[in-house]
Amino acid sequence: MIGPGVWRNVARISFLLIVSAFVLAPLWATVMGGFKTNAEIRTAAFSVPDAWNLEFYRAIVTDPSFWRYMGNSLLISSAAVALTLIVGSAAAYVFAQIRFFGSDFLFSYLLLGLMFPFATAILPLFIKVRDIGLLDTYWAVILPQTAFGLSLAILLFRTFFQQLPKELFEAAYIDGCGYIRFFVMFTLPLSTPILATVGVFVFVQSWNNFLLPLVVLNSREVFTWPLGMMQYRGEYVTQWNQTLAFVTLSLLPAIVFFLAAQKYIVAGLTGGAVKG
Amino acid sequence: MSESTMPPPDRRPGPAERLREAVSNGRLTAALILLPPALVLFTLFVILPLGESGWYAFYDWNGYGTPEDFVGLQNFEQMFGHSVFSVAVGNTVKILVISLVVQMPLALLLALLVYRQTPTNAVFRLIFFVPYIMAEVAAGLIWSFVFDGNYGVTASIATTLGIDKFFILADRDLAFYAIMVVIVWKYFGFHMMIYIAALQGVPDDQIEAARIEGASRTQIVRHVQIPYIRPAIAVSAFFAIIGALQVFDIIIPLTNGGPSNQTHTIVTYLYEFGLTRLRIGFGSAVGVVLFIVAVLVAVFYQRLFMRKAAS
Repeated sequence: MIGPGVWRNVARISFLLIVSAFVLAPLWATVMGGFKTNAEIRTAAFSVPDAWNLEFYRAIVTDPSFWRYMGNSLLISSAAVALTLIVGSAAAYVFAQIRFFGSDFLFSYLLLGLMFPFATAILPLFIKVRDIGLLDTYWAVILPQTAFGLSLAILLFRTFFQQLPKELFEAAYIDGCGYIRFFVMFTLPLSTPILATVGVFVFVQSWNNFLLPLVVLNSREVFTWPLGMMQYRGEYVTQWNQTLAFVTLSLLPAIVFFLAAQKYIVAGLTGGAVKG
Repeated sequence: MSESTMPPPDRRPGPAERLREAVSNGRLTAALILLPPALVLFTLFVILPLGESGWYAFYDWNGYGTPEDFVGLQNFEQMFGHSVFSVAVGNTVKILVISLVVQMPLALLLALLVYRQTPTNAVFRLIFFVPYIMAEVAAGLIWSFVFDGNYGVTASIATTLGIDKFFILADRDLAFYAIMVVIVWKYFGFHMMIYIAALQGVPDDQIEAARIEGASRTQIVRHVQIPYIRPAIAVSAFFAIIGALQVFDIIIPLTNGGPSNQTHTIVTYLYEFGLTRLRIGFGSAVGVVLFIVAVLVAVFYQRLFMRKAAS
């Protein structure tokens, strides 16, 4: 009783499994590589380790600079999220709620950031950051990242704010509630879904960013984890197990975060991108 | 102000009146408090640097003091005459072609296979999306391990098969193909997610109606589903183009632009020949070219997409 539908399903699943293998094989080799001696990596990269050497992972976990890099990244990303949410939602609220001469112009102006890649202005940005005296500080990453994230954030926030019921504001206004108080007391609490979506989007972007920290950070004290990882790679060129343990451990939070916030991440990265 | 200057109620209030009203009901104060932070940040770190790259591009400048050595179009002439720049542009085009010809069809095929909401499909979707959420540098580093002919996965494969060591990333001709494999690996899940979101919006009755009329599965895909998700395909093509223009992070751990500058993209070229050599003027000129291309793409896309949407 094997009909064509069954064969089609077998073919479908086989194809999906092949693609999954293509996706997962490098990741598998990476996680396992952190447990292996270098000799074993050279001969059997995909196998389960003969002996589970914990020393490489232990070396990373007990290395203060690993935690330093992670802490720096966490600090920078959190600050970028907080700043983008506050500054972006405040501006979007004005565009959604208050009509004034030039508001359309200013709104289009703030959306210009959607038009071109971040890398376009990286050299003058480097000069600017240096002249302000921010080079080698957390702000050198936080402020430009926030500024570049504002366009998409303001666009998404304004659309959302405009869909909130107008009657709410009118009622509150008659009761003597001002614009700013209304923003803080009503608009923001009602907008948690979009705040979460944008927040997650900004966080992922900031956490993974490489070019900007590479250009504006020089000393290891302020390195973010991607810079630290490249530094580590440079120091242990031939010792892949050490580097692979580092890569695995630094990707772990991202994977956990993804599984926890999957809904918002997919919405933010695809839905948000589509709307933008 | 006397009573007589008050406008009659049936007339629109004049500018002064409107301003006074805006002040008294707190609208102006609100706008003056809430808007400037965004404007200042955006102007300082996005618009000014952008404008300055248009200025620096005409100078020979190492970044110290003020740019004084005006060189006209020399930076641009040098760039367009530089063989490595041609390689970088060619590589960017290659990434684009691979995205459109391999990555997007693969993503579409996978989306059609897993868009229905079942537990198995959810697992596959999750797996395919994992590379996208990883940092590009980490992805590049992992694949540089895969391609390492001395100590990495490639070494292991060569040993197992009993063949000579091979070094894909050190091969002038092969290195960039290896990079394109990594790019497909990294981004197909993103495109797939865009298609899945769109496919889930295709009305079931349309598919059902086609099936009742005797359409085969391929016919349904071709004549019902794909036409329906065309906007999503346009969006994903747009991201493929913009993405191709920005590739940087992946290249650095894999080849750093080598061997003999064969694997540069526009952004790694900008970084290598502008920033690391502190030729701010030259690098800015590359940035200007990148900007113009990006804006052209955006405008072209909007024209095309808007017209499609209107008709």
